[in-house]
Amino acid sequence: MELLDIIKPENQVFCKTKLMTDTPLSYCPGCGHGTAHNITMEVIDEMGIQEDTIGVAPVGCSVLAYDFMNIDMTQAAHGRAPAVATAIARTWPKKYVFTYQGDGDLAAIGTAETIHACNRGENIVIIFINNGIYGMTGGQMAPTTLEGMKSSTSPFGRDIKTMGSPLKMTELVAQLPGTYFVTRQAVHTHKHVRKAKKAIRQAFENLKLNKGISFVEIVSNCNSGWKMTPNDANEWMVDNMFPYYPLGDIKVNGKLK
Amino acid sequence: MSELKLMKGNEALAEAAIRAGVDAYFGYPITPQTELIEYLMNEQTEKRTGMVCLQAESEIAAINMVYGAASTGKKVFTSSSSPGISLKQEGISYLAGAELPAVIVNVVRGGPGLGTIQPSQADYFQSVKGGGHGDYKLYVLAPSSVQEMSDFVEDAFDIAFKYRAPVLILSDGLIGQMMEKVKLKPQKKRRTDEEVIKECGSWATTGKTKNRERNIITSLDLQSEKMEARVHRLMKKYEQMEKEDLRFEKIQCDDAEYLIVAYGSSARISQKAVEMARAKGIKVGLLRPITLFPFPKKQLFKLADQVKGMLSVELNAGQMVEDVRLSVEFKVPVEHFGRTGGIIHTPEEILEALEQKIINNGTIRHHKTRESSIL
Ligand SMILES: Cc1ncc(C[n+]2csc(CCOP(=O)(O)OP(=O)(O)O)c2C)c(N)n1
Ligand code: SF4
Repeated sequence: MELLDIIKPENQVFCKTKLMTDTPLSYCPGCGHGTAHNITMEVIDEMGIQEDTIGVAPVGCSVLAYDFMNIDMTQAAHGRAPAVATAIARTWPKKYVFTYQGDGDLAAIGTAETIHACNRGENIVIIFINNGIYGMTGGQMAPTTLEGMKSSTSPFGRDIKTMGSPLKMTELVAQLPGTYFVTRQAVHTHKHVRKAKKAIRQAFENLKLNKGISFVEIVSNCNSGWKMTPNDANEWMVDNMFPYYPLGDIKVNGKLK
Repeated sequence: MSELKLMKGNEALAEAAIRAGVDAYFGYPITPQTELIEYLMNEQTEKRTGMVCLQAESEIAAINMVYGAASTGKKVFTSSSSPGISLKQEGISYLAGAELPAVIVNVVRGGPGLGTIQPSQADYFQSVKGGGHGDYKLYVLAPSSVQEMSDFVEDAFDIAFKYRAPVLILSDGLIGQMMEKVKLKPQKKRRTDEEVIKECGSWATTGKTKNRERNIITSLDLQSEKMEARVHRLMKKYEQMEKEDLRFEKIQCDDAEYLIVAYGSSARISQKAVEMARAKGIKVGLLRPITLFPFPKKQLFKLADQVKGMLSVELNAGQMVEDVRLSVEFKVPVEHFGRTGGIIHTPEEILEALEQKIINNGTIRHHKTRESSIL
């Protein structure tokens, strides 16, 4: 088989996600954000809902999500994406509205907006990238930073006594009647990517049925903030993040598992 | 059909918003503007016109909801009073930066801090000098009657959409709470989604269709040149507002020897002071800025050639007086009179202040101002 035959569309096993733009990703090599973007856009493409999807970008490394996702997007102030999405979903009830937020954005400065949007059961999808650190501002402690984990603002490790415990936002929102589907996923291996994509698909399918909040956490890495190579970061994530933030569904069809 | 009703200012504004075909309201209770959200909830706006009305978890959430709906081209507004407006400032700055049309209502109470629930005009600086961070301004409308509380809703939305910019209706506890006759406009239909897309589809995030590029709403420009271009674009809008949409009212100014400058509730009370002065044979006029930004700078500059002095009457410790002084470029003495803490000045007090500070005080003014400013 000639090379030209191999790259014919029918022979391709994998190609660029259709709804990703040609703008090069601004993320560090190995960062989970890019993969999470890809699978979100694949879901929107596969469901054929590009015209009806409105995304809300956060403040954080993924503030520029709108440069990469080929859909209409509004960039929200730090932490306020669930409030912004609430209004869009309320005034355009037939649209598919989602937020894409980091852990500083969603679980620190935006705690109130997150909890209240979840409590009201807004018909939106929240995609929550938990990398245990503030990536964009250069690796400061996040509410999700693990005990003993070093960051630029916890240089001697997170001290639970003075800095509080890592916040399990996902378990917290699962308690609220307004959340319909709450799950925790990862995107560091093919197997996990496929599972995470299925979860995101489920979340968007729920929107169609007007089921309220679907909350998809993706435990991810921040090799720059953690000061590790991409491979080491993934290994560290499996060994340290997953035990505290166990993967799997937490609430399905409105029922806690 | 238009209708004549006896209403509180806050209620008249709420009713006018429903009738203007507004799409959504997001707010959080605070005295003295709570009647506004109560009225809307009681009217069951979703049933009446399909207008969304939601009590948010905070003013921060409310203004960001406004940002969300505005980013999709919907007609949306929020209301609050001073401490709540302080919380909204980040969102207001984002609205200005992202060039979104929206209306914000501030029914001002006394401050700083938790202050008092009584009327005040102490948020003048916050309203016209920025309030939030960055290089931006708000178009500011100052109603001085219940009728204007009602009329300014549509005016505010017209300006907001003309310029794709946030507009502030700066009221106060007096205008918000008092009852007056008000002529309400007939009910307008809300735009359908298709009409919104037709009108705003070139910029709003209504869903990317095949025949256009994606729309992005953001206030972020990491490249300095782009950010500067954005700021210049905003400044152009403000220049155009000054040229095309300045509003003011002149009352008995033609033969005036002295001028009172006052807006909102202070203008109402000052009008009485003008009458009283005229009865005493003192020729006093009143200039009422209806827009606080843009400000009637040129009109004041011109009047400075005619009058011997001006008194800026405000329910605060002296804020607009700075803009009056800047406008007249020190051609005539300009003094401030106002009560604070929620106390409302009487026409008698205003007239007395005019006599003491301006009429009987011409030549020694400069000396005195300096002294009192040091104190
Ligand atoms: C009001 C406000 N406070 C602080 C910041 C600075 N800031 C920008 S991004 C960020 C943290 C982002 O961290 P996270 O949400 O975890 O996202 P990540 O970058 O890790 O993906 C902070 C504190 C800001 N932009 N606005
Ligand atoms: S700083 Fe961290 S979160 Fe941000 S792009 Fe780099 S690896 Fe990803």
